[in-house]
Amino acid sequence: MGQLMKGSIRLTRFIVRRDFVRLVLWVVGIAAITLAVPLAFQDLYPTQEQRNVMAETMRNPAMTAMVGPGNLEHYTLGAMTAHQMLLMTAVAVALMNILLAVRFTRAEEESGITEMLRALAVGRRSPLIAALSVLVGVNLLLTLITWLGLASLRLEGLDSTGALLYGLTLGGTGLFFAGVAVVCAQLAESARGATSLSMIVLVLSYLIRSAGDVTESAVSWFSPLGWVTFVQPFSENNGWPIVLAVTSSMLLGMLAGSLQGRRDLGSGFIRTKPGRIHASAYLASPLGLVLRLQRTGMIIWAIGMLMLGISYGSVLGDMESFFDGNELLKSMLAGNSNRPIAEQFLPMLMLVMAFIATIPGILVMHKLASEEKKGRIDSLLGLRVSRYRIMGAYVLVALLNGVVMNSLAAVGLWAAGRSVMDKPLSLELVFGASAVQLPAIAVMIGVNAFLIGFIPKWSSVIWLYLVYSFMTLYLGSLFQVPEWAARISPFGWVPEWPIEMMNWMAAGCLFVIAVGLLSAGMYGYRNRDIQ
Amino acid sequence: MKILDVKGLTKTFGTFKALDGVDFEVRKGEVFGFIGPNGAGKSTTIRVLLGLLKRDAGTATIFGQDVWTDAVAIHERIAYVPGDVNLWPNLTGGEVIDLFASLQGRLNSKRRDELIAKFDLDPTKKCRTYSKGNRQKIALVAAFASDAELFILDEPTSGLDPLMERIFQECVEEVKAEGKSVLLSSHILSEVERLCDRVGIIRQGVIVEVGTLAELRHLTRTKFVVQLNTPADGLGDLVGVYELNRIDDSWSFQVDSEKLGAVISYLSPFGIRKLESAPPTLEDLFMQHYGDEVGASLEGDS
Repeated sequence: MGQLMKGSIRLTRFIVRRDFVRLVLWVVGIAAITLAVPLAFQDLYPTQEQRNVMAETMRNPAMTAMVGPGNLEHYTLGAMTAHQMLLMTAVAVALMNILLAVRFTRAEEESGITEMLRALAVGRRSPLIAALSVLVGVNLLLTLITWLGLASLRLEGLDSTGALLYGLTLGGTGLFFAGVAVVCAQLAESARGATSLSMIVLVLSYLIRSAGDVTESAVSWFSPLGWVTFVQPFSENNGWPIVLAVTSSMLLGMLAGSLQGRRDLGSGFIRTKPGRIHASAYLASPLGLVLRLQRTGMIIWAIGMLMLGISYGSVLGDMESFFDGNELLKSMLAGNSNRPIAEQFLPMLMLVMAFIATIPGILVMHKLASEEKKGRIDSLLGLRVSRYRIMGAYVLVALLNGVVMNSLAAVGLWAAGRSVMDKPLSLELVFGASAVQLPAIAVMIGVNAFLIGFIPKWSSVIWLYLVYSFMTLYLGSLFQVPEWAARISPFGWVPEWPIEMMNWMAAGCLFVIAVGLLSAGMYGYRNRDIQ
Repeated sequence: MKILDVKGLTKTFGTFKALDGVDFEVRKGEVFGFIGPNGAGKSTTIRVLLGLLKRDAGTATIFGQDVWTDAVAIHERIAYVPGDVNLWPNLTGGEVIDLFASLQGRLNSKRRDELIAKFDLDPTKKCRTYSKGNRQKIALVAAFASDAELFILDEPTSGLDPLMERIFQECVEEVKAEGKSVLLSSHILSEVERLCDRVGIIRQGVIVEVGTLAELRHLTRTKFVVQLNTPADGLGDLVGVYELNRIDDSWSFQVDSEKLGAVISYLSPFGIRKLESAPPTLEDLFMQHYGDEVGASLEGDS
């Protein structure tokens, strides 16, 4: 065993040194948001009465589907933070772990670094063990910072035990998805395949939990994100789900180790079928190439988005009947609007779906950057193909992804809503509410194109921007995050149609900004050195 | 006629001057050998010529067009094979060849199939299963199946076995016979010696020698081994004679090319029984430029 693990400590140190900035940015970013939220709540809802009003507005199936159940009877500052933030932060931590784990394992293997390392006096298991050690360290650090940070805020309702459980929940979920990602890294033959596979697990976990939480069934126990909502730090303080998460992550880690011992370097367990002798006619252009390379990923995302839409749509009926039976709530939530309840939730649901629909678009743009890093762009640019044409193909597919994925979620929501609601939402309404998000999605892809055009080294910063947008907007839609903070994100400018008036000005400006960023990015890409 | 013309080409990365005024040209119908060790600037030059890197100073034209601004128009008439061929792991070799061909313009599909057979390539395999040599074959098939007028080949044979290298050499000779031009960067000197009409040697971002092999040989020394009837003791004192060694009754030494005549006439009175001479190989030439560096780095390693 010692032989197999030789050099793992050195490799661990090497990963930390190489990716220090990346690791710090992730941990500090997530911890900062976790600590900022209870402070913001303290300012916004200083009294228990105000928090009780908030609790009433949260008492509906759509909210439960989105953030899970909360302790609404004793909606203390702590219970509120745990209810509204814990699940979403856990998803962010899971995302961090998936991206890091694949980066440390399959991506290294794909680029040939693992082969070089393994040719040295380095054990067969060492790269995997080093990756896992770093991930354990990162999650441990995150747990410590959130625990000590939340406890040191000294806010009423945020006790030290709850803070510890809050931190442990984040760390435990992180470990679980790190485990999922390293197993997927053994199964898939490419880094992209491993990331996609892990993301499917994450999305499915979220969907299963949504369904389970809304129906208050035991189904949620089948989802690691369901475990997150069972912990209820600052109220029930139930630690068992964390034990479950940590235990299963250890099992997953061992499974990855055993799978790795059974396969050849560079291969995976999910094999691809033997290929064609000739290229099909549609592989005759850069656009065809990009579509061909993205095909599998796009299909998977399309199915996922449709399912997400269906899961949101299916709770609309529950929500309707729930509000119909409660006149007080109805009047409180409706405010000065006379629109049906479902319509009022539409902008928020669409916002969440638009965020998720942005991810495949950004993944396409990232592919352009990684093609360059892997030296494949050289062969293409050596042919009769301009850089504008190549980047144009990627931009087009990225935008197409944004539109298609966003619309598929809307289709799912509309179709599911139709079957469960007494007065179904009209197709125009659902698609309108979905379409108002498109300019903001285009801006996100534009920012990414700009980064790739001018500072390709920093193109990953787009993920931070997306997480930032999600956090500010998600919070901003619940309570008053400072206006300017939400407005830094393009999604902050999207009108909440149909509750609000359609703001053509804002939509037009976003569109112009997107076009500007995309053009600038392409200009930058044309005029810089290919690395 | 100049197909490719480079003058005063300069490229810096940060503070590192990768190219420091590179000058050379490739003429129509010739094979130009571009030699130099790793890091001398061969690949940087080629990547500038392909419009992948933006030069800082100088001019570089292919077919009279600027390599940066008219890159796409130029690429229509050239074929490029990189030294390190990276392909999409989930496409097959056949798909990649077709893709390259359709992005290039026209593909001679008969020639494609001939070349695939010649290079002994299985085009149904996914690129991730190919070795370095096989990936290079893909790029070579795609290049030689095109009807390019200029071939830019950056160490194209570094992963090929000797049999495949021979096939590659045949391909180069064929395109040369068709009046096409080739820029061949390599450090397999025997290959350059066999294929190239003219050679440019690059060192630390500067071209230190350009010319035909015959011209370059003039710049260097010829090796001699002679057996004489009477010892010629003054041989070592002659101008242009180096590394004189005596083994029994034979002398071995090197002579500057321009002193050949003088040395031979000096030796004939001593009665030449046997005379062997070897023209300098490209390797001798190369080592003459780099010998100091190699020696220094070997010392550094020990």
